[in-house]
Amino acid sequence: MSVQKREVLPVKNSNDVVLARQKVRQLAVELRFSLVDQTKLVTAASELARNALDHGKGGSMTVEVIVNGARSGLKMVFEDQGPGIANIEDALKDGFTTGNGMGLGLGGSKRLVNDFSIETEVGKGTRITAVRWK
Amino acid sequence: MNDLAEIISQNEDRLRTEWIRTMSSSVERADLISKAEMNEQCGSILKEIVEGVKTSGPENLSGAGWNGTRELLSSISASRARQGFSPTDVATFVLSLKQPLFVLIRDKMGKSPDQLFETVWSSTRLLDSLALITTEAYTATREELIMRQQQELLELSTPVVKLWDGILALPIIGTLDSARTQVVMESLLQAVVATNSRYAIIDITGVPTVDTLVAQHLLKTITAARLMGAECIISGVRPQIAQTIVHLGINLEDVITKAKLSDAFGLALQRSGRAVVKTAAAAAANPLSGLFGKREE
Amino acid sequence: MERIPVLRMGSLLLITIQVDMHDKLALQLQDDVTERISDWGSTGVLIDISSLEIVDSFIGRMLANIAGMSRVLGAETVVVGMQPAVAITLVELGMSLTGVRTALSVEAGMELLYGNSITGSEDERTEA
Repeated sequence: MSVQKREVLPVKNSNDVVLARQKVRQLAVELRFSLVDQTKLVTAASELARNALDHGKGGSMTVEVIVNGARSGLKMVFEDQGPGIANIEDALKDGFTTGNGMGLGLGGSKRLVNDFSIETEVGKGTRITAVRWK
Repeated sequence: MNDLAEIISQNEDRLRTEWIRTMSSSVERADLISKAEMNEQCGSILKEIVEGVKTSGPENLSGAGWNGTRELLSSISASRARQGFSPTDVATFVLSLKQPLFVLIRDKMGKSPDQLFETVWSSTRLLDSLALITTEAYTATREELIMRQQQELLELSTPVVKLWDGILALPIIGTLDSARTQVVMESLLQAVVATNSRYAIIDITGVPTVDTLVAQHLLKTITAARLMGAECIISGVRPQIAQTIVHLGINLEDVITKAKLSDAFGLALQRSGRAVVKTAAAAAANPLSGLFGKREE
Repeated sequence: MERIPVLRMGSLLLITIQVDMHDKLALQLQDDVTERISDWGSTGVLIDISSLEIVDSFIGRMLANIAGMSRVLGAETVVVGMQPAVAITLVELGMSLTGVRTALSVEAGMELLYGNSITGSEDERTEA
C-alpha cells in the first residue's frame, strides 16, 4: 500500500469542519469517486471532524490518497487530544451520545466507509481512521 | 554459475522431453493445451532460462537478463488462467522441471558432492522463484477477470420505466446484493428526480428470494425515496415470499405492498388523483359494463 | 453577518439553503424561522435543500428541530429537493428524518401544504 498524496488540516473550529469537507470533496473528485461515494466520504468527514471538535476539543485531519494494487482509496485520520472514549462499543451504537447530538456520528460514519478503526485512551485522546476504496 | 546454463543448453531436447513427461504425470491437461504448443512453450522457456543464467546469474531474478523469462512466464500463466487451468497446474508447470534438471546435474557433477549440492541448491531456488512468478501472474489475471465480471454484472441494466406522468416502475430481476442495490437505488432515485415522479413502483416478481438483507436493501431504497419526497410501492410479492417475510420477522409495516404490478399502478393512479374509466364506446357496446365496470379485470 | 434569507410567500415561508452550513448559521436560522412564523402567522415552512451537496447529522438535526419548533407554533414544515446521493447517504448514516415531511420540488411542497388547490391543469390533461 502506498501513499500518493497527504494533506493535514486543523480541526479547531466550526469553519475548519467546512474546510475539511471541501478538502475531502476535492480529493474524492480527483480520485473519480462516483457522486454517491463522494457524498458518503464528505458526510463521514463532516461527522468525524465535528466529533473531533465537539468531543475531542479540536484536533487535526490527515487525508491521504492511497493505492493498494489495482485499488485506490481515500484515507482520513482524525486525531484529537481530548478526553478519549471510555467504551468504544457504546460509542458506535446508534443513539449513543454524551453531547447533545443525535448519536449517529461514529456508528453512522462507520457505515459510510469501508474500513473504520478507533484508537483511544481515556485522558489522552482519540484517533479515528476511515478508508473508503474506489 | 555458467555450469547450469551449459547443462541446460547442451541437453535442451532431453530436458524438454523429460519435463513434459514429468508434467503430464502430475497434471494431465491435454484437454486444455495441445502437445505441440506445450513443446514450443517449454522450449522457449528453457532458452530464456539459459539466457538469464548467462547474463544475470541464477540468483538475481530482477536482473535484466531475466526479463525475457519473466515476461514469457507471466504471459503463459496469464493465458492459462484464462484457459481455466488451476493454480496448482500453473505452479506445477515450472516445478516439474526440477526432477529432470536435477538428474542431469547429477549425471554431470555426481563426482564432486560440493559442486553438486551448490548447483542443485541454486537451481532449486531459481525454479521456486520462477514458480512464484507464474502464481503471481495467474492470480493477477484471475483478479482482473473477477473485477471485470463484477463490473459487467453491475452494468446489466435495471431499467426504470415511466408508466404515467409522475409514476415510475422498476422491475428488479435477479438477486439483490449490496453492490447491485446501490446501482439500482441510484438509478431509481435519479429517475425520480429527472421525471419529477411522486410514485415509484418497485416490482420484485423477478427476485427469487427475499431474505433479511434484501429486505433491508429495499427498505433503505424506500426510505431514501421518502427523504426526497417520493413514495415507493412494492409489487410482485409472491405468496411464498410473503410467508418468508413474516417468518423472518421483517417489518414492512410502513411499506405499501401489493401482489401485482397492476394493483400497485392502480393505487399510484388513485393517490395522484386519477382514475381509469371506460370510454363511451365501450359502455355502449355493453350496457352492463357501466354498472360493473370497476370490477372488471 | 451572513444569514440565510427567509422569504414570505402568502401564508408560507420559503427558505433556500445554498451555503455550507455551520453552527452559527444554523442557530440563526432557527431563531429567524420561529420569529417569522409568530410575526406573520405562517402556516407552512418550505425548506429547499436542492443545492445542498451533503446533509450530515448536524444539518439533519437542524431540519428536524425547525420542523419540531414550527409544529409547536402551528406551522407544517416540508423539506424539498433532497438530491439522490444525499438521500442515500443519509439513510446509510441512519437518519430517516421521521416527522419531517418531504417533497420533490418547491411546487410539490406547496401542493402538499395547500392541499390540491393549486394543481389541476396537469391532472385534466392526463385523465382525458
